[in-house]
Amino acid sequence: MLSIENLCVEYYRRGQVISAVRDLSLTINPGETVGLVGESGSGKSTVALAILRLIRAQEGRITGGKIVFKGRNLLALAQEEMRQVRGQEITMIFQDPFTSLNPVMTVRDQMQEVLDAHPLSSSPAVVGGGPMDPRPVAAGDDGLKEALSRVQLDPSRVLNSYPHQLSGGQRQRVMIAIALLSGPALVLADEPTTALDVLVQKDILELLFQLQKTMQISVLLISHNLALVAQYTQRLAVMRQGKIVEEQPSRDLFYNPKDAYTQELIRAIPAIPQN
Amino acid sequence: MISLYLERFRQNRLAVAGFLFIVLLALLALFAPWLCPHDPLAQNLVERLHGPSAAHWLGTDDLGRDVFSRLLLGTRVSLSVGFVAVGIELVIGVTLGLCAGFFGGKLDTLVMRLVDVMLSIPAIFLILAVLAFLGPNIYNVMVIIGLTAWPGLTRLVRGECLSIREREYIQAARLSGISTARILFVHLLPNVISPILVSATLGVGGAILTESALSFLGLGVQPPAPSWGNILSIGRDYLHMAWWLSLFPTVAILVTVLAFNLLGEGLRDVLDPRT
Repeated sequence: MLSIENLCVEYYRRGQVISAVRDLSLTINPGETVGLVGESGSGKSTVALAILRLIRAQEGRITGGKIVFKGRNLLALAQEEMRQVRGQEITMIFQDPFTSLNPVMTVRDQMQEVLDAHPLSSSPAVVGGGPMDPRPVAAGDDGLKEALSRVQLDPSRVLNSYPHQLSGGQRQRVMIAIALLSGPALVLADEPTTALDVLVQKDILELLFQLQKTMQISVLLISHNLALVAQYTQRLAVMRQGKIVEEQPSRDLFYNPKDAYTQELIRAIPAIPQN
Repeated sequence: MISLYLERFRQNRLAVAGFLFIVLLALLALFAPWLCPHDPLAQNLVERLHGPSAAHWLGTDDLGRDVFSRLLLGTRVSLSVGFVAVGIELVIGVTLGLCAGFFGGKLDTLVMRLVDVMLSIPAIFLILAVLAFLGPNIYNVMVIIGLTAWPGLTRLVRGECLSIREREYIQAARLSGISTARILFVHLLPNVISPILVSATLGVGGAILTESALSFLGLGVQPPAPSWGNILSIGRDYLHMAWWLSLFPTVAILVTVLAFNLLGEGLRDVLDPRT
């Protein structure tokens, strides 16, 4: 479904060239959840931005490699074609639900806007197709309510709310609902729970995991929390200084890490001795 | 949200006073021709330079015209110059500021250097030179005040944009495939609207003051059409024998500019979340 081949990304800072991603290859199969783990600055988020081609021209550039999505190299697409892929076939969930919703627009307006940007053409839209129907929702309030009930929110209350009237967990659910509006094939989740309380964290990941299974979408879950991600992914890749140092099925990587850096990461998970 | 602001505004008595005065002034300007007790242009040399009386509430000028009627008609000039000039300032300043702040890079450098150049030329001399060239009339005055007022606003808007554009909801909008123009005017603009509103309100007061100064110097509204500035200009010649001719237009200018400033300061207090 998505295969990244030898991706290289460089950033420019005050005349210096910084290599953020070096020769990175990663494959995500249909319906699979892949975790991308690494410390901050390792280039995790850059990979997500590169997939969507959202790296600002003044700040950096993709200098090499291919990103093949459904048989097309995303890096070779024209701007308009890329705009169609972005937000429709590949969507993203951001880290901080407190800044990822526009404070001056209601939830309805923000959801409607995403629908308006992508007139649904490919697959027939549905209303009342059940909360787990993988197809995009219908236009209008019915579709939006459908999308909100997917993420277990009370549509009648949330739809007309401004972001400041919602809790962090609720906002992140809205973000997930927006990410799933268009019936995407791939969702990039960049630290989706880092800004949330531990209990809410768990709820959100459970929800995402459940939606991913029932809607048959692929998820790239980016996080610095190896233990958390290992629970919800089939495969894990560990990144350090722009490179993938180890990639294995999650269970194997967690219990049988081969790379020294991965071992260090796992040892760093706090364990509290019994006495 | 709106009701919260209204409540906070209502508690700010000075701002409410400023606002009510401006509303009153606007009504006076609108109905000026019907409210004038005398024809503002009718000369009556027998009654020249009469002091305030029951017939002429604010006295008469050197040609025996009723000062009250002339001030009333002058309200139209002051307010229309204020609002039109600020309208022009807003269109230019906001558009350039948004673009410079959002796109950054070369465009930003270009716009900001242009701002620096504009700010380094004393606006009043530029206005005088252009008016001397184009000929003094009220439309030229409106346009030229607007065309010289935008640099400060541009700088303000650009600064606000720089911080807002890094918020995730702007990124989220970009990756939803929403068009750049829509991001600029629907997502970015409403989030920087409060400083713009404050600056525009204060700007109206400034523009009124500039117009008065120009009319005083004979480059604004041309006699016999009345404006606060040119009434004051005549008053200067008769300062020792007809104090009313100088005092009342001065008071009109002072109170009007004060009202706009009070409203502007009040809006700042109401809209700024830090107060």
